[in-house]
Amino acid sequence: QGKFTLLRDTRTDGSFLVHHFLSFYLRAGCKVCFVALLQSFSHYSIVAQKLGVNLTAAKERGQLVFLEGLKSCLDLWFGEEEKQSGELSPLQFLSESTSDLKALFNFVRTSLTPADSDTWQGPVLLVDDLSVLLSLGATPVAVLDFIHYCRVTVCSQLKGNIVVLVHSEQDSKDEENELVGNSLSHHSDLILWVEGLATGFCKDVHGQIKIIKRVSLELRGEQDRVQVYQYKIQDKNITFFAPGLSAAVL
Amino acid sequence: VFTEEDKYNLYSNLLFKYFLAEGVVCGHDLFVASAKEHPDNILKELPAPLLDDSYRNELGKEATVVKAEDSQDSMKIAWRYQNLPKLEASPTTTTKFGHYYDVSKKMPPELLQSIKWQSFYLPEESHLQPKRNICNMNNAYARLLESIQRIIYQQGFDGSDPQKKQKNILRIGIQSLGFMLWGDDICSSDTPKDIHSLTKFLYVLRGLLRKSLSACIITVPAHLIQNKAIMERVTNLSDTVVGLESFIGSERETNPLYKDYHGLVHVHQIPRLNSLICDVPDTKDLAFRLKRKLFTIERLHLPPDLSDTVSRTSKQDLAESAKLLSSGCGAMAMGKKHLDF
Repeated sequence: QGKFTLLRDTRTDGSFLVHHFLSFYLRAGCKVCFVALLQSFSHYSIVAQKLGVNLTAAKERGQLVFLEGLKSCLDLWFGEEEKQSGELSPLQFLSESTSDLKALFNFVRTSLTPADSDTWQGPVLLVDDLSVLLSLGATPVAVLDFIHYCRVTVCSQLKGNIVVLVHSEQDSKDEENELVGNSLSHHSDLILWVEGLATGFCKDVHGQIKIIKRVSLELRGEQDRVQVYQYKIQDKNITFFAPGLSAAVL
Repeated sequence: VFTEEDKYNLYSNLLFKYFLAEGVVCGHDLFVASAKEHPDNILKELPAPLLDDSYRNELGKEATVVKAEDSQDSMKIAWRYQNLPKLEASPTTTTKFGHYYDVSKKMPPELLQSIKWQSFYLPEESHLQPKRNICNMNNAYARLLESIQRIIYQQGFDGSDPQKKQKNILRIGIQSLGFMLWGDDICSSDTPKDIHSLTKFLYVLRGLLRKSLSACIITVPAHLIQNKAIMERVTNLSDTVVGLESFIGSERETNPLYKDYHGLVHVHQIPRLNSLICDVPDTKDLAFRLKRKLFTIERLHLPPDLSDTVSRTSKQDLAESAKLLSSGCGAMAMGKKHLDF
């Protein structure tokens, strides 16, 4: 409850974690607000089906609020003038009038604030992927503010969880992205860091994942617990194993 | 699909034309956009498709020669490699995916006329202002987006017209995006005015492509873009990213390691759509060569190191090339830390 989990991927694609968390929280009966900026709804839907969850049904019964970034952007860009009717698009920051992500935050807040008839378990905010907001012109400060506001609302007030993905490259020259990633790392309760192998490309091991439990944040004098596993992605699941014990070696 | 251009733009142009030519042969609709070259000219210079018979004969001859040599002497020194499956250096005649093209011939105009195509040539369009420019994007990009969206909508590629029985695919080709002719200064300045124009354009384009039956290839002069952060963001927003590095003018041209090839193909990213996994290729070391008639992409073979006084430019270079060698000895391509034997 009230946890902030940061997903980072470097040199590889960590979106499998997003798919996992999405199906995990939906199966647990939580109300999920998914800000999907990078892929279309059908992509997530097809993968979720392989993992045993039906996104369309979840949307229809109100358990899932899905913001398809690509579609919203198109609506904003090509939509007619009269359509607005006072309702702001969640991606309003794309137009020059506003430079902060307030509209996006309001969207999240209204989606997750429980109505009286709701019987869901805690609310969950899932974002894939935060780096896209920077590509679209949001400043790092605006992005961090947005996350901060979300934390206050979702984690503290509503006792829900947040899972956010930030993508980066190795030796990245994208300073804004690194700034956002590092800043969020300091404030996260749990960091799942997915990396491609340092030694290059291998068919049996797709990468390694570092799980960092930020116990140091709890001020008990303990250090963060770090665990490292390697993984291989298959069509319907992912196998994890200790480093050096992949099928290729055994 | 995103292609980083090679320095002199010879080979990436070729790939671009291949993409469009494939569209012509498959009967897809085309949309070609460019700021430098008039799309009419681009289309006139598409390579001609190879008819099955003549190609098979040529290929058959090559293949039989190779086979004859191999069967005679089994490998003596590199016997370990014998157990590896025979590398298919040239495209096989059995698998038919796509078509092959003859670079020395032009596509016959009758084929071109059989498909519908649209073009966007910036010098002709730039006098018009975009209808709306919400995102404060570069005007040229905004006009291009409008054009693409109009075609998609009018021709029904986004499924908006249920009357249209036959579904076709729109192949979009955009040449040299980001180049200064588009009015963007990311190629000419270290601190461009608007570093978000290109990425915003790509995001909206991505939305359009996802919503419709279309595929797009974009070539970008990556070597000219000073701000590397932009390239990282662009890579993140694309499905497939391929970089072409040609050897012209670089020290690799005379390097005996690469004497058979004209350049390297770097696959930076492969699409991972609708699935947890992606189609991971066997090897990531690919090189290309342009023969008189064919442009081929094949696995990088290093010639055997026969003498230890072969003048390689430096040990560092050797390490670089060792990195590129992907063989049965284990996977170590593209990593910073190279393994010593």
